[in-house]
Amino acid sequence: MDGLVSSPTSLFRPFVSPIDLQLHVSRPAFNHDRSFEAGRVDVSFAPLLRPTSSGLYCDAGDFYVDPTRPVDRAVVTHAHSDHARWGCRRYLAAAASEHLLRMRINDDAEFQFLHYGESISIGGVRVSLHPAGHMLGSAQVRLEHRGKIAVVTGDYKLQRDPTCQAWEPVRCHLLVTETTFGLPIYRWPSPESVRDEINAWWRRCREEGKCCVLYGYAVGKSQSLLAGLDTSLGEIYTHGAVEKGTQAYRDTGVDLPETRYVGSMQGKRDWSGAMVIAVPSAHGSTWMRRFGRVSTAMASGWMAVRGSRRRRAMDRGFVVSDHVDWQSLLVAVDQSDPETVWATHGYTAAVARYLNENGRKADALDSGGRREGDEDAAADAAEPAS
Amino acid sequence: MIRFAELYNDLDSTTKTNEKIAAMVRYFAAADLSDAAWATSFLSGNKLRRLVPTSLLRGWAAEQARIPPWLFEESYQAVGDLAETFSLVVPPGKTTTDESLTHWVEHRLKPLRWMSDEEQHTAVLRIWNETPARLRLVVMKLITGAFRVGVSKRLVTRAIAMHAGIPADVISHRLMGDFVPSAESFASLIDPEIQDTVPSKPYPFCLAHPIDNEKGPEVLGDASEYLAEWKWDGIRGQVIRRSGQTFLWSRGEELMENRWPEIESAAESLPDGTVIDGEILAAIPGGAVLPFAQLQRRIGRKKVGKKLLAEVPVVFHAFDVMEHRGEDVRSLRFVDRRARLDELLRSIDHPHLSATQLIDGESWNAWADIRTTSRQRYAEGLMLKRKDAPYDVGRVRGTWWKWKVAPYTIDAVLIYAQKGHGRRSGLFTDYTFALWDDGQLVPFAKAYSGLDDQEIRKVDQFVRQNTNDSFGPVRSVTPTLVMELAFEGLQRSGRHKSGVATRFPRIVRWRHDKRPQDANTLADLLELLPED
Ligand SMILES: [Zn+2]
Repeated sequence: MDGLVSSPTSLFRPFVSPIDLQLHVSRPAFNHDRSFEAGRVDVSFAPLLRPTSSGLYCDAGDFYVDPTRPVDRAVVTHAHSDHARWGCRRYLAAAASEHLLRMRINDDAEFQFLHYGESISIGGVRVSLHPAGHMLGSAQVRLEHRGKIAVVTGDYKLQRDPTCQAWEPVRCHLLVTETTFGLPIYRWPSPESVRDEINAWWRRCREEGKCCVLYGYAVGKSQSLLAGLDTSLGEIYTHGAVEKGTQAYRDTGVDLPETRYVGSMQGKRDWSGAMVIAVPSAHGSTWMRRFGRVSTAMASGWMAVRGSRRRRAMDRGFVVSDHVDWQSLLVAVDQSDPETVWATHGYTAAVARYLNENGRKADALDSGGRREGDEDAAADAAEPAS
Repeated sequence: MIRFAELYNDLDSTTKTNEKIAAMVRYFAAADLSDAAWATSFLSGNKLRRLVPTSLLRGWAAEQARIPPWLFEESYQAVGDLAETFSLVVPPGKTTTDESLTHWVEHRLKPLRWMSDEEQHTAVLRIWNETPARLRLVVMKLITGAFRVGVSKRLVTRAIAMHAGIPADVISHRLMGDFVPSAESFASLIDPEIQDTVPSKPYPFCLAHPIDNEKGPEVLGDASEYLAEWKWDGIRGQVIRRSGQTFLWSRGEELMENRWPEIESAAESLPDGTVIDGEILAAIPGGAVLPFAQLQRRIGRKKVGKKLLAEVPVVFHAFDVMEHRGEDVRSLRFVDRRARLDELLRSIDHPHLSATQLIDGESWNAWADIRTTSRQRYAEGLMLKRKDAPYDVGRVRGTWWKWKVAPYTIDAVLIYAQKGHGRRSGLFTDYTFALWDDGQLVPFAKAYSGLDDQEIRKVDQFVRQNTNDSFGPVRSVTPTLVMELAFEGLQRSGRHKSGVATRFPRIVRWRHDKRPQDANTLADLLELLPED
């Protein structure tokens, strides 16, 4: 919290909305507990999978999927810090996420990695991981026990992304899907058109002698942005947190354009025409001063709505998301063709009600979940701004 | 129309004044006269009368998006802007031909008003099929009468002036009153040759800059170059007497007819060719000024009854003259205008029309002492005016300064409450306030003090009965209560959702007279920021 409110002009008491504080400081599952007490817990898929206050739990195999607090054994869908929590004893994840995960999780934990499609048995439960298309190494977790199949999507998207393997549908009886952008207002433009918009912005800034600062989450978003940049336009620089993530991508074998770490640049330099990729928390910080005249832009799914765009107080907002929009969420549900859907993170209630009205049994797992700003908070907390 | 949508998008996506002006100048340069006229009209805040009931539009949108009505409403809740919800939820259309803004207004939008539901349905679906999201947003803003974009009339004026190569005060003067959009009206707006003499036409108001209370007035230079008068909390007005007729304009460029009969009748005694600037105040003629709350009883009344006339008399406190003996005297020095004003008002000697009193002091310290008595006199502080300055247009820096006791106040809505500590622990005493931004309440300040014990208990009770959600110790309540907040300072801030950091926010009073929708907007707060 101190980091949030420290101000160069201490005369001004910065205002932080108490609600935001709640979301930023810790993300207590304040709505989970209430629903458990109310007895709305769905146990129809136990012992394969049931929701608990620590996350999704498999009784038969005695492990959690993306636990919300330290547990003995965790199967994690991807390396974002709101899914891969620090402090568990054992982790199972996709092979492609190894470098990212080791970068973030304590070394004394025990790691096990699976290739997509490969399966192992834990306490009689067949566990396998399948591409989710969200970021490098992101996986849907497939669990099979006594003829019942559950799939936990984690975060996922259906759009093309050159930095990770594309989402594949996995047929199941129970689908646990994220619903971060589960409203019909979210309809992603094609990645190609946004990529062109970003490069056009860069070109125009270069002509105006400005430095472009493009904000995205340090790991995942930054690298997919990087992959779309037109390197003929100029040099690409990275914020420390972004550089670390990018290195992990390269170590995994993903081919990305050449980047230079801002912190390693010595002396005064002319930044006009350059592209800097940074984490959103750097916006408005002293770190930015070195760049001189800048044009700033945020790349996020939230940028689809003008209010969010304006609240960011940035020059541009590009609609780039690593999550499913409304239409692809419906496509994913159709293709996975489950008997039951559990909606989690975001607009859970709306998605569950819509699916129910359209003939598919669905429940909202939590009514709180992810809000705008949440994901960057998670990303920022993991990586101190430098 | 695509160009106009781009203009909207450009204006909407920047907060920088220069970029906004540049975007408008680009538009005016490329648009034909008629489109430029319509753009001027919309940008200045004029609307088409409501064309299609929004309940119908909502139903058709849900139908097109293949979603149930409740999901459309849920989407609207998330977006907070109806036109934008139409632009996002309904599948994007494809532009076939790019018709002009004028064509859209005359042939596609205005005719909607006279159509049957059935015909409207067909016409609106056709519009949706032919508009991608950004274009549709602007079209729907025009259809729903919600076209607002963050530019003041002053900015529009500056852009037209720059485009036409005519001084901004000339454009501003020509735009006063009713502007009927057409190629002809825009042509005469930017014509360097025309001389206009419409009797009712007011002059643009000169506006004052706030003095930063932290720095004080010393930065203005030598006190002997200034005159001081009280800064009253009333209604700014301009009295015009020309060709035997009287016109009383408000700062919002509205003609106020029959609402202030005392002043209108006083103005009858002014000679033709007179325009004076001043403040309408509730006051005993020839005596003390009454609190603003008294004046409020008369604000908004179209007709005033005898009883109210007797209980709340009003006086026009004149502080400047723009036209004297039929001559535009705005370029004269303030002291010279002031001398003419005094002489003029002495000659008619009317109890409801008097000149403001100049305050002796002539040193910053002396005025600082006098200023501390503002509240007792129901004044907001002092006005400092340069003796040698002309009557400027708009908020020109350096001629008029307002040195308020509480320089920044704004009406905000209480949205969160938290229990306090110490003497008032156990009661909800820590409040978070929000301002409107495009239909949504954006939190911007926390305030603790300012209410008395009885009021605190009332708020506490309200919070307990109107909690919608709890987040740890924080209660989110139904937005209902409006309070006037004051701050010592304001500063831009990228870290705050609102974009502004406030210094020492406190509650001035509980505005029982205001409903939440009457609270101020974020844009109003931004207006208070000292200019960059
Ligand atoms: Zn993620």
